[in-house]
Amino acid sequence: MGRQVAGPIPHTSIFDLRLSQRGRRLNRMCAALCSPAERDAFKRDEEAFIARFGLTEAEKDLIRKRDFQGMIDAGMNIYFMLKVGSVTGNGLYQMGAKMRGETYEQFLATRKIGDAR
Amino acid sequence: MGRIVGGIGLSHVPSIGPVVDRNRTQEPAWKPLFDAYVPVRDWLSRLKPDVAIVVYNDHGADFTFDQYPTFALGVAEDYAIGDEGFGTRPLPQVKGDLDLSIHLAESLIYEHEFDLTLCQEIAVEHGFLVPMNLCFPHSANDWPVRAIPLQVNVIQHPLPTARRCYRLGQAIRNAVESFPAQTKVVVMGTGGMSHQLQGKRFGHMNEKFDQWFMDQLEADPEGLAGITHQRIMEEAGAEAVELIMWLTMRGAVRGQRVHRHYYAPMTTGMGLITFEG
Repeated sequence: MGRQVAGPIPHTSIFDLRLSQRGRRLNRMCAALCSPAERDAFKRDEEAFIARFGLTEAEKDLIRKRDFQGMIDAGMNIYFMLKVGSVTGNGLYQMGAKMRGETYEQFLATRKIGDAR
Repeated sequence: MGRIVGGIGLSHVPSIGPVVDRNRTQEPAWKPLFDAYVPVRDWLSRLKPDVAIVVYNDHGADFTFDQYPTFALGVAEDYAIGDEGFGTRPLPQVKGDLDLSIHLAESLIYEHEFDLTLCQEIAVEHGFLVPMNLCFPHSANDWPVRAIPLQVNVIQHPLPTARRCYRLGQAIRNAVESFPAQTKVVVMGTGGMSHQLQGKRFGHMNEKFDQWFMDQLEADPEGLAGITHQRIMEEAGAEAVELIMWLTMRGAVRGQRVHRHYYAPMTTGMGLITFEG
């Protein structure tokens, strides 16, 4: 049997313990967004919300700038990032288009049936 | 004695949830997917399973990385509907089978040496609910089967190997067969197929790999269990590694393949394969 994770894959993040450790503050913040009251708190006062999780200034900036690729690189898990997307009005495909460096329309044009969403 | 009457491998794409809730299943973009489940639902009404063991992964609705189990089994009378960040879907609570859960825990831990994390509360989310929606239409306040969640870590490496997932399925089969009640069980392996949701490779799919995976799952599951996480991620995308959960289903069910379907409209290869036990 080969090694389970043998090396980097181009343009791909492999979420392992090192990355998870780096992103632990961000992922805790995302987990809080599973509560409607916390989502309201985020929408009411985003700065006050993100101040509660001990994020570094650089991490806060990723949220402020909606820098989704930056969040992934900083150790935010993709499924946890979907919660930030949802509370900021960014669906998966909008976030995906940004990470690909495309507009939403350009990205949809690459799909077989862009209505399946 | 308990009996495995069927196994189902299927994808658990989250966008299917709202499509069900808003009655959009007959829209042209979604109809091909839901049509594929018409014969599967007929088959299931003939098999009349009492319990579905749903092998799935949580996506940060109820498990966080502060404590993250490799294999976690629900041992409860019922399971709440989780909120994974988009609100709680209007679905009836899921009824469990406490006796079967306790038997599975004892048999898997004592006899088969799978040291599971045991959970008296799990709020289930799309990884579990979308497969239930596709196979077991619910009424206003109930589901047609009892269900047991088996949560697998497929998102934070190191993940269990594909072979370990396959062996767990074989152990589940033995455990179900030693359950004293006449309980009919289906095992659902969920997730995948090819997809990647991050990085510049967002949207990557590989139908050739997905079809090969279903071929091998049917013809040579023991061989397929040797596949590495690296190979799945390279060929089918980082998030496709969820497919190792299909091997748990396959380990639990012997017998003939019945249905097979594939639909990949957007960013995920949505596969479906069933086996009759």
